[in-house]
Amino acid sequence: MLDDASIAETDHAADSIAVSVWRGDASGGTWETFTVPRQPSQTVLDIVTWIQQEADPTLTYRFACRVGMCGSCAMMVNDEPRWTCRTHVGRVVKDGAISIAPLRNLPVIKDLATDMDPFFDKWVKAEATHHPSAGRHDDFAAVLPDDEQRVEASAGIECINCAVCYAACDTVAGNPDYLGPAALQRAWTLYNDSRDDAGGAILDAVSAQGGCHSCHSMGSCTHYCPNDLDPMGAIAGLKRATAKRFFRRGRG
Amino acid sequence: MRGGDPNAATRRPVRGHALWYAHIIHRVSGIALALFLPLHFWVLSLALTDAARLDNFLAFTELPFVKVAEFGLVFLLALHLFGGMRLMALEWLPWRAPHKTLAAGTLAVSAFVSGVFFLQAI
Repeated sequence: MLDDASIAETDHAADSIAVSVWRGDASGGTWETFTVPRQPSQTVLDIVTWIQQEADPTLTYRFACRVGMCGSCAMMVNDEPRWTCRTHVGRVVKDGAISIAPLRNLPVIKDLATDMDPFFDKWVKAEATHHPSAGRHDDFAAVLPDDEQRVEASAGIECINCAVCYAACDTVAGNPDYLGPAALQRAWTLYNDSRDDAGGAILDAVSAQGGCHSCHSMGSCTHYCPNDLDPMGAIAGLKRATAKRFFRRGRG
Repeated sequence: MRGGDPNAATRRPVRGHALWYAHIIHRVSGIALALFLPLHFWVLSLALTDAARLDNFLAFTELPFVKVAEFGLVFLLALHLFGGMRLMALEWLPWRAPHKTLAAGTLAVSAFVSGVFFLQAI
């Protein structure tokens, strides 16, 4: 990892970058190389935008906020999943070149845009949706920030659904049924949220086939999470919770 | 240039960090030990079935390169043992940040245990 001073130096190290971009759709494709001018403080998303605006308007990609909030611009950069809007070129350029491809483990729609449906379908399958414990006529729930369960829940709430962890996970690659780190982390967050009323349903969902017990604790999710979250730790929490319930019940 | 199937471009493994190495070392050491164990039990069975052959084998194990191989075995065993303890700690203790430290500790303790064995063997 380069420090900020090194990035500043490399920012002007070359006038241009050779950018290999994966072009194609679900049926196949190939790499196309573009020569992109180097600019100060340039991000990988800037590169992709430059290619679309200046070189080839048919290039397809997805982005929205450009500030690391929306989670829509993740791509494989030099074969590693990254949020491209917050990835400085200086951190990833190698010998004046960069490769950019669609996210791993998801079907490609076209070029750099992947179909996120399987990713979000699994959030629903993991019961990673809010199950309200109160209605609009009830008073506000009192949530103490220092409460042990709340601390667990708060640890994962900054997830921006970018699917970087999903793309990084070898278990997802090898097991299409596996719910993936993001969905499981959200399930863990809701399980620990005192306002969620379906702890049992969450544990049922995450202990089914392809659930938390499929995780091999490789840690790629935690390693690559751009928001420094710890999905592997959240999944470990689900493993403990489901195992405790199993032993309490004395059955599977 | 890679091309064709998008998976060829986008599904290349994302690896090369400490915890992934810890994972693969645990797996590979487990497989290696599983392959070794039948041989080990077969040699032990010679004590009952063919004592002379066992004595020959034990003489063979005095050779230096066999000692080195034994060191490798104990190293694998230690890796698998402490790697497994690392995993159990990770999954069963409410434990967060120092994953990498524990992974490195696994390697260090394994090297120490098998090193002590090796020094005693030679």
